[in-house]
Amino acid sequence: MTQLTVGIADYKIGKSPDVLRALGLGSCVAIALYDRGAKIGGLAHILLPTSTGYDGHNRKKFADSAIVDLVNELVVQGARRENLVAKLTGGAHMFESRATDTIRVGEHNVRSCQDALASLKIPVIANDTGGHWGRAVELNTDSGMLKVITVGTGEKTI
Amino acid sequence: MSDMLSSVDPMHLDAFREIGNIGAGNAVTALSEILGNRIEMDIPVARIVPFNSIPDILYGAETPVTGVLVGMSGDMDGYMLVIMRIDDAMKLATRASGTELPAVITPESLNENERGAVTEIANILVGSFFTAICSQTGLTVRLSVPELAVDMLGAILNVAIVEYGMLGESVLLLETRFSDNDIDVNGNFFLIPDYQSYKKLIQSLGI
Repeated sequence: MTQLTVGIADYKIGKSPDVLRALGLGSCVAIALYDRGAKIGGLAHILLPTSTGYDGHNRKKFADSAIVDLVNELVVQGARRENLVAKLTGGAHMFESRATDTIRVGEHNVRSCQDALASLKIPVIANDTGGHWGRAVELNTDSGMLKVITVGTGEKTI
Repeated sequence: MSDMLSSVDPMHLDAFREIGNIGAGNAVTALSEILGNRIEMDIPVARIVPFNSIPDILYGAETPVTGVLVGMSGDMDGYMLVIMRIDDAMKLATRASGTELPAVITPESLNENERGAVTEIANILVGSFFTAICSQTGLTVRLSVPELAVDMLGAILNVAIVEYGMLGESVLLLETRFSDNDIDVNGNFFLIPDYQSYKKLIQSLGI
């Protein structure tokens, strides 16, 4: 088994029994995509909602472009597009009293992920987003289960 | 715009370090009063750090830390974020509130008083830093009420990374160490101006 850590503005693909991890998500969102038949999964760790207006930037930094690229790469590596399902975590609002647009970026990130997945017709089958706490996640590419770990409230699997 | 930070040259870092140095000088007096002991502060180190190497340079992305966020507005808009490890924050907080340092320190160790003390100490450090920035640049900045979060380093730092992420893939980090006879604490400061404010800051510093 290989354990791969996905940094900010990156995505990685693994096949059973690899584990893909993203650590210390605040307003960042981790998008887990999984094909149960092929037992292949991908985990993207995005920072910002939309790539519009950011020509020349790393496409893996944005929800919209990262999701499109990750889906294409999963298909190249053996996933069936119509089998892919998604799970979303992160998108927190770490400092509660802040209300500016930038600091509300977590919500925008989640919405942009949902929009991008909807337009690719990929169902979001589980969701653990929002709140004001950080998360670390682990995608098990054997089962497709996503473990979500927090500092204050323990861990759960979705 | 995409490589604003990668275009920051060493002269900018020298200027930020100098501001940090003056700020640290201001902070020593205030901090010594709160902690009831003469505090020494090292000359701050300023550097440009790629997002994904922060866990290697500071602590792991999932390491619990305290983060105090102070907003700025006026001639510059943005934030300053002060990050300390939980055990460092507890050392300062128990010293400030005259309580016993627990043997085992977890994120839940910080009670209301200690959370207040960490917030106030970070607020003093930020205030000292901004007094230095304003006196060096002639810019006027108002600071907001500080806010504390206790959580994973990566999650708290996300606030800074979002702002810098619109510009490139690095953040500006100022680090300093403060100590007295029996405590030794690292403080990590992230100055988070918005894009326009960063340009204004650089221009005002004459670099």
